[in-house]
Amino acid sequence: MSIAQEGGPPKVALIYDPKVRSIAYQVVLVAIILFLAYSAVRNAADNLARAKIASGFGFWNQTAGFDISQTLIEYSAQGGTYGRAFWVGLLNTLLVAAIGIVLATIVGFMVGIARLSRNWLIGRLAGGYVELIRNVPLLLQLLFWYNAVLKALPDLRDSWTVFGNVYLNNRGFFAPYPIFGEGIGLVAAAFVLGVAGAIAFRIWARRRQERTGEQAPVGLVALALIVGLPLIAFFIAGMPATLEYPEKGRFNIRGGLEILPEFVALLIGLVLYTGAFIAEVVRAGIMAVSKGQTEAAGALGLRAGQTLKLVVIPQAMRVIIPPLTNQYLNLTKNSSLAVFVGYPDLVQIFTGTVLNQTGQAVEVVMITMAVYLTISLVTSMAMNWYNARIALVER
Amino acid sequence: MKRAVTTLALAAAVAFAASAASAQSLNAIKSRGILNCGANGTLGGFGLPDAQGNWTGLDVDFCRALAAAIFNDPAKVKFVALTAKDRFTALQSGDVDVLARNTTWTSSRDTSLGLNFTAVNYYDGQGFLVRKALKVNSALELNDAAVCVQQGTTTELNLADYFRANKMKLKTVTFASADEAIKAYDSGRCDAFTTDASGLYAERLRLAKSDDHIVLPEIISKEPLGPSVRHGDDQWFDIVKWTHYAMLTAEELGVTKANVDEQMKSANPDVKRLLGTEGNYGEQLGLTKDWAYRIVKHVGNYGEVFEKNVGQGSPLKIARGVNALWTKGGLQYAPPIR
Repeated sequence: MSIAQEGGPPKVALIYDPKVRSIAYQVVLVAIILFLAYSAVRNAADNLARAKIASGFGFWNQTAGFDISQTLIEYSAQGGTYGRAFWVGLLNTLLVAAIGIVLATIVGFMVGIARLSRNWLIGRLAGGYVELIRNVPLLLQLLFWYNAVLKALPDLRDSWTVFGNVYLNNRGFFAPYPIFGEGIGLVAAAFVLGVAGAIAFRIWARRRQERTGEQAPVGLVALALIVGLPLIAFFIAGMPATLEYPEKGRFNIRGGLEILPEFVALLIGLVLYTGAFIAEVVRAGIMAVSKGQTEAAGALGLRAGQTLKLVVIPQAMRVIIPPLTNQYLNLTKNSSLAVFVGYPDLVQIFTGTVLNQTGQAVEVVMITMAVYLTISLVTSMAMNWYNARIALVER
Repeated sequence: MKRAVTTLALAAAVAFAASAASAQSLNAIKSRGILNCGANGTLGGFGLPDAQGNWTGLDVDFCRALAAAIFNDPAKVKFVALTAKDRFTALQSGDVDVLARNTTWTSSRDTSLGLNFTAVNYYDGQGFLVRKALKVNSALELNDAAVCVQQGTTTELNLADYFRANKMKLKTVTFASADEAIKAYDSGRCDAFTTDASGLYAERLRLAKSDDHIVLPEIISKEPLGPSVRHGDDQWFDIVKWTHYAMLTAEELGVTKANVDEQMKSANPDVKRLLGTEGNYGEQLGLTKDWAYRIVKHVGNYGEVFEKNVGQGSPLKIARGVNALWTKGGLQYAPPIR
């Protein structure tokens, strides 16, 4: 029984206390979820063992024995392990995702701004691009680009070439590639020093401007520091780099820089597709800045460029960043369609060949999911940090 | 609390249901009324649906033979088209009862994938398809070549092994399916396309100008292709294995689709045991006495099926070669039915 006391809440039996009850429900729920997870794992392990399917992560160090067309790190069919193949695939995924994000952002901003242009033709062209690309499935676009790229390029024997050193054919794009020798450390150190110097100069220039109102040529100084310093170091060290030239063989071109048509097709497809979505995000962001802001900037005497840079874009970014993050995540995840155009990304190598050869679907798929989850979480963490930095600070 | 109890009951149901997965395959198939057969959906001669959706091929007819033995009706098969990459997962998870998809029997697949290979219904080997214009006469001349290959096959490994063993450089371009790989080869991305020799002949027919391409003479690997089943059900394993042997035995004894009814009156004891007019060998398998009669009556013997799908009766025109009966110098040999 409950006895109401004066000056406090009425006292009730424990099981009728809403606070206790809600906690109890949550404890029970968590227990059930934990039990379900545990029994699922146990069941999977039991069933695998009963069906005599290998399990565990022992395959990681076994020899892979298959060849991969694009490897950013050392890998060979006889020496490479499944673990090594995993890293090769992961780096290939990160490569296409990173370059794709940068290019898609550029395409998206250009098209987004173009769509708002007062020029009828430019505006309609940008609008047509967005509508066309957004409404066709990405996989079809990838297949289109792969076949378009391959069909448009000449055979090895009729390669397009510049100076006999740069080749373009249906095997890829080949160009001389610098091989760095001893003393390149000095150049790298100079580059780091240059970047640090440029940042320091920018901070100093800003403080001075706040104090005295005088402006400093930050861009020029930064350029001189970041490019000039390593260049001077390069000559001081005695030019420690030689160019490796691609050589034409009977079937293929070896050596130098090689860009596969599979990579190009995947990149074009991802960039154009994601770029169309980013264009809409950018357009929405700019339109969200009220016209009064531009007019006020004009009244203060700011020029059009300054208005865009100092007034419109900083405010538009607050609207743009959160949906832009989504597009970055989409691009990264969509890169797993690589397998259809023969690009060796993580999904193609790891959940394709490695899974099939080891037969360990549970482990392989779990690892791959964890990797994509990690990439996505890191991307959104970075974007959230940036978003928090530019967000409106309310007082 | 009521909700929590329901959830708990559900959890228990999930946990227990999942552990009761190893039911008897034959009973499950019979009560389902249809056999689920994992097949290749894109390989002419082995597994390919035509424009009307009728499946044809050597592996397809093997599943038909199984259905004939179980149901006395070769149409009671549901074919599931599988890629090389997904086939084992489909068998492991129980999506299909038998995997008859030109699959190479290897030790690791037999031991660590949780499946058992039953018999070899086609002895194959890996070869190369190249353009005639390349003027290549031997696979050993392919140093530095770009080769298009399908993912998730023994082909991928053999390719790397062969080039390594012969100290040749290789550029592999890997695709999810044979379709994409052959398309890339056709558009000039690769110098050669590689897969099992039977597949090369089948894929060559699909190229824009098939006469511009030749299959090189080298066979670089052993590819014994055969149907496989899940570990742990010996009865089903036996049925699948002996279905192939029954088709071989029928060919050896001269029992064909056309004469099987006459052969029922045969005095030859081997024929009598095969067709079930003597003994109860079918019942020992868990089937009926006339199981082999049903197979031959509805589908035919091994030789007939071979000629119809990949041999002289097909566009592929592949010679029997090592797939001839042992009595004719080949490798196809069935243990006796007795």
